[in-house]
Amino acid sequence: MSLSRVVLGALAVTLAAVPAYANGDAERGRDLYESRCIGCHSLDANRIGPKHRGVYGRKAGAVEEFTYSSAVKNSGVVWDDDTLARWLVNPQALIPGQRMNFRVSLPQDRTDIIAYLKKESGR
Amino acid sequence: MTRIVSGESAGLITERRAFFRAAGAATLSATAVALMAGCESMAQGSGAQGSGSMADVNILNVALGLEHEAINAYQLGAESGLLQPPVLATAVAFQSHHKEHRDALIATVRKMGGTPAAEKPKAEYARALNASSLSSQADVLKLAQRLERGAANAYIGVIPSFGDKGLAQVAARLAADETMHWTALTGAMAEMLPQKALTFGA
Repeated sequence: MSLSRVVLGALAVTLAAVPAYANGDAERGRDLYESRCIGCHSLDANRIGPKHRGVYGRKAGAVEEFTYSSAVKNSGVVWDDDTLARWLVNPQALIPGQRMNFRVSLPQDRTDIIAYLKKESGR
Repeated sequence: MTRIVSGESAGLITERRAFFRAAGAATLSATAVALMAGCESMAQGSGAQGSGSMADVNILNVALGLEHEAINAYQLGAESGLLQPPVLATAVAFQSHHKEHRDALIATVRKMGGTPAAEKPKAEYARALNASSLSSQADVLKLAQRLERGAANAYIGVIPSFGDKGLAQVAARLAADETMHWTALTGAMAEMLPQKALTFGA
């Protein structure tokens, strides 16, 4: 097999994997949420962090009865695929002065968690 | 009430009680933990007021909020009347670990010039954790197991964000304690441990 065929084959495998990655697996995201996020968050209760149901599409700092940092409250961020992904990569880089600081290092994990939050937000 | 700890499991719990009594004696004091993290020098230096240190204080205060919740969760479990004596003793032992975590975090936040996050009224924790839905010992253990795993993962997940490596190490030690709790609770419920490695954090 020529080198070009090997490269094309590898590229095809990579591209084939992209749609699943881009869409995210909400079911896997639920399991990840349950293990990684549940220490501080719940879908329907404000705890150490704000409740998450409806977070997708919501303005940052908008949950009533939760006391946010002024940084998050005044950030102007709206939670979508891009902002949630950047938040989970490094919250401080997206909103300096925020308090969460929890990071999700693997891209697929972030994508799946976002897919779950999106689903639970009715999006 | 569902009695899930009996026979062999009750024996395991009893052994753990002896273990926790021994482990408690070796636990570092809050001051020792704070000093180990290098916070003494940070508090004395100009870095204590820098943005990096204040970012670390923010992380510690979120951790403190988590410890406040854990203490109250165990309190709610202990007061529920649902726990058999050996399980209650273990819950109280775990709660005492969380109280030591709380005290260490408060001491460290203060040493760094910050204001420790305040504890909320117990009723707020009860509402947020849906404590009114707990109707058996198994329910209490399941909630504790869930929170302990979440806490371990929370500590692991903030490690990369610390500016001070000493504090990152403390977060790892706290995660280890939470993992120990999770493992004991999982055993008490006679559940299988994970078949794969690296199931915590990422």
